[in-house]
Amino acid sequence: MDKNVKLMQGNEACTIGALAAGLDFYAGYPITPSTEIAEMCSEELPKIGGRFIQMEDEIGSIAAIIGASLTGKKAMTATSGPGFSLMQELIGYSSLCEIPIVIVNVMRVGPSTGMPTSTAQGDVMQARWGTHGDHPVIALAPGNVRECFDLTFKAFALAEKYRVPVIVLTDEVIGHMREKVELPDPHSIKQTRRKAPTSPAGYKPYAADPDGGVPLMAPFGEGYRWHVTGLFHDEAGFPTSKPQVADTLIRRINRKVEKNLDDIIDYASESLEDSEIVVLSFGSSAMSALSAVRRARKEGIKAGFLRLKTLWPFPEEVVKSLESHAKRIIVAEMNLGQVVLEVERVTTGKAKVERLGKVNSELFHPEEIYRAIKGEVQNRDIRGNN
Amino acid sequence: MATLDYFRQEKLPHIWCPGCGHGAITGALVRAIEKLGLDKNKVVIVSGIGCSSRAVGYLDFDTLHTAHGRAIAYATGIKLARPDLKVIVMTGDGDCTAIGGNHFIHAARRNIGITTIVMNNEIYGMTSGQYSPMTPTGMLGTTAPYGNVERPFDLCKLAIASGATYVGRASAYHVPLTIDLIEKALQNDGFSVVEAISGCPTYLGRKNKIGGPVEMLDWIKDQTVNVKAAAALPPEKVAGKILIGELYNEAAPEYAASYKELVGKLQRRYDSYIGEVRECASNSD
Repeated sequence: MDKNVKLMQGNEACTIGALAAGLDFYAGYPITPSTEIAEMCSEELPKIGGRFIQMEDEIGSIAAIIGASLTGKKAMTATSGPGFSLMQELIGYSSLCEIPIVIVNVMRVGPSTGMPTSTAQGDVMQARWGTHGDHPVIALAPGNVRECFDLTFKAFALAEKYRVPVIVLTDEVIGHMREKVELPDPHSIKQTRRKAPTSPAGYKPYAADPDGGVPLMAPFGEGYRWHVTGLFHDEAGFPTSKPQVADTLIRRINRKVEKNLDDIIDYASESLEDSEIVVLSFGSSAMSALSAVRRARKEGIKAGFLRLKTLWPFPEEVVKSLESHAKRIIVAEMNLGQVVLEVERVTTGKAKVERLGKVNSELFHPEEIYRAIKGEVQNRDIRGNN
Repeated sequence: MATLDYFRQEKLPHIWCPGCGHGAITGALVRAIEKLGLDKNKVVIVSGIGCSSRAVGYLDFDTLHTAHGRAIAYATGIKLARPDLKVIVMTGDGDCTAIGGNHFIHAARRNIGITTIVMNNEIYGMTSGQYSPMTPTGMLGTTAPYGNVERPFDLCKLAIASGATYVGRASAYHVPLTIDLIEKALQNDGFSVVEAISGCPTYLGRKNKIGGPVEMLDWIKDQTVNVKAAAALPPEKVAGKILIGELYNEAAPEYAASYKELVGKLQRRYDSYIGEVRECASNSD
């Protein structure tokens, strides 16, 4: 048997994707349903010269990976809702100070402690706006186990390239589901590493063109002796209160993402071209959505399927393009309406945007989405135990 | 190398108020580094938020001004990732013992090689004078208008109980002692804590009518007694006094070194997917 074909769960695939991307450092705090990632990192990292630490809480975890990243290491943490909430302040720190990190959030039912072992997709808006202030962030949503590998791998590439925090937004079903996965040939893999300066002379850690340039990042401990602060800073990295410098900084860090949408955004689709009813979904909900779309197609209904692999930045262009053929866009997500708000924002009203939400801790049944396609769902919510 | 060579002189003057003790303590740290002849390129200084934490911007090392309370957690990541670097944390009483208290005790428990300088001015200075976990009972603050009802930490006892392997206390008045303790703390492989009592004439001093900068230093001097002198004094002369000097110095395994040792035992090349794509030699420590 090919040694790269394995039965594995999503959390395992995330970890292997991270290791393939060159993970050096993991800090985390145990939380269901993400803990397998920490367990596997604790086992694998010391074997390859990396470092694992179980911190005292999730704030400490994200702080530790930011510290490790500043020494030039590729660093990651994994968590779920309550821990993700605690990490928000330092996601902003990573955004402003342009320190590459990867955060895997295996979503569970919230708010609060919620239902730790059950699935949900309620952290979509939090991933975008959870930390204060205008900030760039990238969030990727794997739709199956193999994609946990691919998108965690990609998360590192994007984090390193754009010096932003990248969030891998999976959910309990994707994280714990086991599938047969064929991993790419390790020798075919090309890792991405941040661009570093070649000499400390004249190094300006935040000097870049204002149109979204990414500054060069020197590792700590190599003679650059630079300063990092969560205060707004000038090109040299030191605090500033000059309005013009502040304005340039915040616009530049946001443009890094805005100017590179083609590189960042990814999605999958099926039967989209002539579709009149599009089911738009992501993560585990999309598995049920695809099944429902295929059933409808078999019955002659012109149904199409769009699955977002990038949630942030929001894939506006592809969603806008649906209006050229679709009469209805059904947004299936395990929350009370988060991605649907973005779909409504970017469309013009030509197609009817319908919210299909479910928050009872159960995955969508394909039947539920099929009924929505048929127009048989009275409420826009799928209620519990129906 | 001259003392000033450790400063980013173009960033001076500093933001601290006239009479603030933080300058004397920052100077003590630099003089200790100078005495030890540490390589500027191999020292990382990390701070949190508050008056004390602004010190790092003036120092010519790799410096990291983090978020409130989190300096030690950031420093933990740096030290574990690069055990060869000398990692120093500059923090204040609010930053270290309130919002950052959990990181402090856990870093001490791990005995990770970080030297933590706590600039204790017994008040939140940056936000203009609220009581902190180190404000003595009964003293006034802007959020303790009737006198502080709470009891303060004995930070050094907390550090020792949590597992720190070098602990000492000095003050902005006792500058030679501060230099000496920091020098020893920097030589300890594990988690070291130097609490340096720092006067805040602007907020603690004015609110409590202690007086100006000089009276503030006298106020600190009068409260303290050296631990060696205290040993020879009758108990009634020591009661209520703050002990200064070296309070604890016991070696124990340092966390980042222990982890590195583990890596040394386990590290080998893999022929399975995991690990194969990397060269072990690419890790810099």
